[in-house]
Amino acid sequence: MASNFGRILSSKRNMGILSLVGAGSLTAGFLLTRDQHVNAGAQVRRKYPPSAEYPDLRKHNNCMASNLTPAIYAKLCDKATPNGFMLDQAIQTGVDNPGHPFIKTVGMVAGDEESYEVFADIFNPVIKERHNGYDPTNMKHPTDLDASKIKSGQFDERYVLSSRVRTGRSIRGLSLPPACTRAERREVERVVIDALAGLKGDLAGKYYSLTQMTEEEQQQLINDHFLFDKPVSPLLTCAGMARDWPDARGIWHNNNKTFLVWVNEEDHTRVISMEKGGNMKRVFERFCKGLQEVERLIKEKGWEFMWNERLGYILTCPSNLGTGLRAGVHVKLPLLSKDPRFSKILENLRLQKRGTGGVDTAAVGSIFDISNLDRLGQSEVQLVQTVVDGVNYLIECEKRLEKGQDIKIPAPISQFK
Amino acid sequence: MPFSNTHNQMKLKFSAEAEYPDLSKHNNHMAKVLTPAMYERLRSKQTPSGFTLDDVIQTGVDNPGHPFIMTVGCVAGDEETYEVFKELLDPIIQDRHGGYKPTDKHKTDLNPNNLKGGDDLDPNYVLSSRVRTGRSIRGFCLPPHCSRGERRAIEKLSVEALGALDGDLKGKYYALKNMTDAEQQQLIDDHFLFDKPVSPLLLASGMARDWPDARGIWHNDNKTFLVWVNEEDHLRVISMQKGGNMREVFTRFCTGLTKIEELFKNKGHAFMWNEHLGYVLTCPSNLGTGLRGGVHVKLPNLSKHAKFEEVLKRLRLQKRGTGGVDTAAVGGVFDISNADRLGFSEVELVQMVVDGVKLLIEMEKRLEKGQSIDDLIPAQK
Repeated sequence: MASNFGRILSSKRNMGILSLVGAGSLTAGFLLTRDQHVNAGAQVRRKYPPSAEYPDLRKHNNCMASNLTPAIYAKLCDKATPNGFMLDQAIQTGVDNPGHPFIKTVGMVAGDEESYEVFADIFNPVIKERHNGYDPTNMKHPTDLDASKIKSGQFDERYVLSSRVRTGRSIRGLSLPPACTRAERREVERVVIDALAGLKGDLAGKYYSLTQMTEEEQQQLINDHFLFDKPVSPLLTCAGMARDWPDARGIWHNNNKTFLVWVNEEDHTRVISMEKGGNMKRVFERFCKGLQEVERLIKEKGWEFMWNERLGYILTCPSNLGTGLRAGVHVKLPLLSKDPRFSKILENLRLQKRGTGGVDTAAVGSIFDISNLDRLGQSEVQLVQTVVDGVNYLIECEKRLEKGQDIKIPAPISQFK
Repeated sequence: MPFSNTHNQMKLKFSAEAEYPDLSKHNNHMAKVLTPAMYERLRSKQTPSGFTLDDVIQTGVDNPGHPFIMTVGCVAGDEETYEVFKELLDPIIQDRHGGYKPTDKHKTDLNPNNLKGGDDLDPNYVLSSRVRTGRSIRGFCLPPHCSRGERRAIEKLSVEALGALDGDLKGKYYALKNMTDAEQQQLIDDHFLFDKPVSPLLLASGMARDWPDARGIWHNDNKTFLVWVNEEDHLRVISMQKGGNMREVFTRFCTGLTKIEELFKNKGHAFMWNEHLGYVLTCPSNLGTGLRGGVHVKLPNLSKHAKFEEVLKRLRLQKRGTGGVDTAAVGGVFDISNADRLGFSEVELVQMVVDGVKLLIEMEKRLEKGQSIDDLIPAQK
């Protein structure tokens, strides 16, 4: 081991102190010295200048490709986070996946909390582009999980079939799915299921490890639409998040099947509150209560979630920063969906439509998945209220069209409140 | 990969037990050999270019097992991988290559004059003949680990070297990312075009990164000699033609390879080779000769015979479908090739194919006439 350190420390390329730990990051449990941090990712082998390594992005259409200039690449390519995560790893998914036909993908991921600092020169413009002008250098993100503030959160159930809110949370001090080692991933699993085991009342539940699930359990989870499978999307696999599958992956849900946590899929945790029908307020109440309880439980053991006031909750994909929140409904809109103004109405309400299978699926039987477009720059309460107000408006439109009345495109609502 | 897992020093903070992969449901060569104790001994090592144990085994961890074939489950990131991780790779090599010992020496023989016969395989049965191998350029990292800069340098060197070939080997390079639609269609029609790997065995090792950057296909004007650049290995070299003249195919193969090696040497680059492992390639299964010599042959009757598999085994041959590995035979036409790669020379392996296929055709003819083949069943080679 000593000789390995010697090799790394004698690397020709000098890694600047700038590549070190960024502001506001705790690395619980890691007692490494500064020298070791500096050289953790340094390579003895690089023989080519940045210009020879710069990826060919001419046919690419993603946020990373739009913003990663040769100059930025040259500046960042030899830097590493304290965990040794490097720029080429962060952008690999965007290099390997030139573009999605309908959606401009992000094209890069974080390997740890510090990625967003160390590679700020590329993450900041990507964040700004993806989050419609949110500037991490001079704006603050509000967090608000007080569900009592939601007004009119019960939808007409002749139209709304189900309601759902999801987000993600990362455990500070452990690397994110693209970069985590097996031991780190197992530690995430241990910390999370330990906390979930402390949930009580209507939140009490059980963990199903992907490696140990019985056939029956698996079938039940499929029937409940809870089971997630090994990612097949190259956007995810190229980022390295499917390594070692299914080791340390699993699903936890409460006995009532209304609160669900995915462990070690695309993020450390994905937290989902859902139920049939249109009581979005109750879904959001359970969501907030569950999140706050889990946070309390992990804090008892000395852990916390990754969060800072510029970027809110830190997740693997920059598209999920801030709240990481997608609140949505499955809603029947047979007439409105055929109206040529539908897209514009959604746009002005800051909503997006998806098919009932989720992202990249088609709507079946005029049932749409309608959810908030934004993630960062507005709080959870603000985003859920946006969905509540917006969906109520869409239902009003549908009702009017049923009666042969005309509808109006609403004025665009402002983004950063 | 040139990045992930280079934070090897960070991993050492966790116990070997905490990092050891769960191989309880796995069935590949790596999983058979890698004990927790071995993992502990090897995990702090890395090659001079930074390739680590986890880099070696990632594909085997991510792919528990293939339904029909015992996969290798590990790859090399550079020439030194085979030294630094000897403790893991030697037993895998031994198991995969029929008992080849760490002290054994591998013989290289690319003299086509040493091949006996092979120019008269019955064209009524043999539709085409082909010999392929791979070559790695010393001093560069292999596809699982190379950076974009390295891969481009390999492409540039290769294109320059191939550009100097002349006579019936004279040809042209088609870079995957610059190909016109017309060129692409022609290459597909010629069955030359390789596409981005889809097999999870390859993807999990990182060899498809940055596709299609610095990948391409070179072939001679006659379309009988073909080189793939930066697919699963630095170079894959293929000689092929319709019909049963394996001798001609092998002669062109040897001539071409020898010329290419000379051209690289003129530029100051040798191929990776040593007297124990022969030619060094990405997958341990391709060490030695890296050679697969085979034919597409019609064996509709023999393939249904109860002893077909046994005969192939004794002849040291393997069957594949006509799409190559992991495909099915169509219309009774099989891809029959040598099963071995290491421990036999190129001439010896092609000889086995030539002699073996001759025998298979004889058996097929007997069965056509309703006669027995019992007296033709060979002894184990």
